[in-house]
Amino acid sequence: MTNTAVPATAPEVVDRVIIRFAGDSGDGMQLTGDRFTTSSALYGNDLATLPDFPAEIRAPAGTLAGVSAFQVQISDHDITTPGDAPDVLVAMNPAALHSQIGRVAPRATVIVNGDAFDDRSLAKAGYSTNPLRDGTLDGFTVYEVPMTSLTRGAVEPLGVKTRDAERSKNFFALGLVSWMYTRPVDPTLEWIDKRFATKPTVAEANTVAFKAGHAFGETAELFAHRYEVHPAKLPAGTYTNVTGNTALAWGLVAASQLSGLPLFLGSYPITPASDILHELSRHKNFGVRTLQAEDEIAGIGAALGAAYGGHLGVTTTSGPGMALKSETMGLALNLELPLLIIDIQRGGPSTGLPTKTEQADLLMALYGRHGESPLPVLAARSPSHCFELAIEAARIALTWRTPVILLSDGYLANGTEPWRLPDVASLPDLHVEFATEPNHMNPDGSEVFWPYERDPDTLARPWALPGTPDLMHRIGGLEKEEGSGNVSYDPANHERMVRIRAAKIAGIADHIPEAEVTGDVDDAELVVVGWGSTWGAIDGAASRVRRSGHRVAQVHLTHLNPLPRNLGDVLRRYPRVVVPELNLGQLSRELRAEYLVDARSVTRVRGLPFTAAELELAILDHLEVAP
Amino acid sequence: MSDTVIPVTTRKDWSSDQEVRWCPGCGDYSILAAVQLLMPDLGIRREDVVFVSGIGCAARFPYYMNTYGMHTIHGRAPAIATGLAMARPDLHVWVVSGDGDALSIGGNHLIHALRRNINITLLLFNNQIYGLTKGQYSPTSEVGKVTKSTPFGSLDHPFNPVSVAIGAEATFVARTHDMDRKHMMEVFRRAFEHRGSSLVEVYQNCNVFNDGAFGEITAKQNRDEMLIPLRHGEPIRFGAEGSRGVVIDGQRGAHIVDVADVGEDALLVHDETRSDPSVAFMLSRLARGPHEPTPVGIFRAVERPEYGEGVSRQLAVAQKERGPGDLETLLRSGATWEVG
Repeated sequence: MTNTAVPATAPEVVDRVIIRFAGDSGDGMQLTGDRFTTSSALYGNDLATLPDFPAEIRAPAGTLAGVSAFQVQISDHDITTPGDAPDVLVAMNPAALHSQIGRVAPRATVIVNGDAFDDRSLAKAGYSTNPLRDGTLDGFTVYEVPMTSLTRGAVEPLGVKTRDAERSKNFFALGLVSWMYTRPVDPTLEWIDKRFATKPTVAEANTVAFKAGHAFGETAELFAHRYEVHPAKLPAGTYTNVTGNTALAWGLVAASQLSGLPLFLGSYPITPASDILHELSRHKNFGVRTLQAEDEIAGIGAALGAAYGGHLGVTTTSGPGMALKSETMGLALNLELPLLIIDIQRGGPSTGLPTKTEQADLLMALYGRHGESPLPVLAARSPSHCFELAIEAARIALTWRTPVILLSDGYLANGTEPWRLPDVASLPDLHVEFATEPNHMNPDGSEVFWPYERDPDTLARPWALPGTPDLMHRIGGLEKEEGSGNVSYDPANHERMVRIRAAKIAGIADHIPEAEVTGDVDDAELVVVGWGSTWGAIDGAASRVRRSGHRVAQVHLTHLNPLPRNLGDVLRRYPRVVVPELNLGQLSRELRAEYLVDARSVTRVRGLPFTAAELELAILDHLEVAP
Repeated sequence: MSDTVIPVTTRKDWSSDQEVRWCPGCGDYSILAAVQLLMPDLGIRREDVVFVSGIGCAARFPYYMNTYGMHTIHGRAPAIATGLAMARPDLHVWVVSGDGDALSIGGNHLIHALRRNINITLLLFNNQIYGLTKGQYSPTSEVGKVTKSTPFGSLDHPFNPVSVAIGAEATFVARTHDMDRKHMMEVFRRAFEHRGSSLVEVYQNCNVFNDGAFGEITAKQNRDEMLIPLRHGEPIRFGAEGSRGVVIDGQRGAHIVDVADVGEDALLVHDETRSDPSVAFMLSRLARGPHEPTPVGIFRAVERPEYGEGVSRQLAVAQKERGPGDLETLLRSGATWEVG
């Protein structure tokens, strides 16, 4: 890339910007957003992203149903969310403009592909008049760029067919926005070469389109401003940009390495969890076995079978699959074998909103099995946190010989953030001791193996692998006699076993961190309690409320069962408890039941993350109410 | 295990200390005896054997074997065994199931385990009734069966387990019955020795809810006329002095004839190794139910790569080409940048 033209003015420095790319499902908006994100990450900005796409692979072109969007916030300081209202909207067609304009900031910059605003496309998008002419966009700074024809003009000389040439217009848009925000261009050009190495014509077309977009920004006098967002001052280290699903998959590989147990994933494809299956199936050199099972039940069944054989068994799914797996979870908790169940939550009930985010599986995770069947439940708070939490879930599963449910969601799964890579040597040791000898003496002096003779500290049972001489034993879903594990229908034994299983899980609370309070710890008027992916928005909202003069404390829960030992005391310390959730109040119900505190809910179920702004208002509202 | 000598064992060594709790007179007793008697002859160690079962009367089987055992949930044993067999190719994984468990609630897992050719030996005890839930009709019950849940007779057309397995292109499919220990042991041994999925349908009498369901063909005095023994490489014939036999013709497929009418040379020579499952399937259709001459023995035994071996091979190739996985390298496999 040669930068011959010098912009009229030096770029204006801003501390952060929120950009939203929107177009047809076939326009490559996710790719465009992803490339912009990567070059920003490499440049050193802090960032967070929000892909927002429909469940249909290709809804009819040009319709509102087919709009696919990608939002990214880039910043020169530490940020935790992809931002609320975009400062810049790139709309590749009228449908994109129509569906997205309602969410952009007042006086935002709107860049549209002018070529796409013909009568037919306007009608498909539900416009009766052209919004570029009828005053709809008054108050916005609108740049109408004929992206299709400019791309065609740039690419056609390469001998590319018209239709193919037009397909590079997302790279034109990317080039233009890269210029506007002074992004480095080399990472994108290198990426194009690598990604399309086997299709040199496509690589060339995309390169030319990207450069044309960049040059257009430089030379067209259309653009009044160019901006720069300086690198953020992040802690020293090596960084990479990860999605939650990638971080989770890597965390599982790490857990396998740290425990010395081969990883076995049994899974059935389901949005938004499938990327974990895709990622893990690539890493066979780590000894990872993956089975794309015939259904969700077989996915967890195979994982449980592998766990019985001494592997680190994992199943990944989303809400509808969780429902199908519940019977096998009950079996696994009765067998008391380690197993990881990963639920990437999406909008429900039923098929619901497959590509959108929600936190409405919490109560299912806690209680969605028959009988008294408590399981440990964890929830990740950010994309990179998924790595750490996969290891934590494995630690609990292996130590207490229990299935563990790990909750993520669609927002974390597909969203990205820069991640300071951990020091591998500092990761915990998850080494497991298997049973090798009999552990019980019969009255006649003979030594036998009792599969339910428990460790007195953890109440975990021994794990004897098939293949171990002299420890042959039978386990199953029927109630077992305490100790021997033989089938037992004795009433008193059943009561004992139910209470032992509950006590085992409850006892994990002694081995997890206490709830950490941040913000105005000593004198807050209100404590905000959250869990899972709402962390970023809550953190942003609480900071804003503090800036307006209030004293606010925060608690963000990672362990949802058992809850941290000190949580009750923490909640009772503050006059108001507010619990924002992307459901109708599931955690608040838990906190009320568990601690008899007046936990107030803030709930949204739109398939989208909270914005910091709406949470700020909600917290301010609660502050006005007398405690 | 470094020592390679397999200890000499007897049936007693393979029997657990648990009291067997099937109804007195149940056909399951004779199947259990056949398996326990066979085990000492297989040249394997008890600790390397796992019996996995689902739910039903048959599913109690693992409790009575002095091996490793998993009594799991209804219909899921083939799925759970799939994970175990993939994870631990060194083990001998047996699945014990019934007609309801394998063909109704677990039908999906059964056909997928068979098509993948997972290395498991699956015994399907078919008694054409739900026993443990006290007498409802099953997916193998005959049309018109009057049970507690079908007081006016069942309307469901039954599955033929052997046809289902051959339809799923199982690599080993056989049938035996609980009245003939020797035949059971022969078939079970072959099933055990087969690499990949083996399915054995065992006609099993439920003397409480469906007594005598197979009596027309399995009672000693009826066997000659009603059981068609399948022997690899031999013409398929049965009846007194082999007077009847099986032929295939272009119009009618496989059907039963009097040998005297067609001549010995016209008889179908049984070949269990045909890779095309069509002939085996035709044989499975000879009887519409256990009241017509019914083939027993091995319908099909073909070679196809076993799933777990394929999995292990892919792992080995990846480790050879890329070296053993290194976590540090994995975390740095995307674009990275340094701060500070």
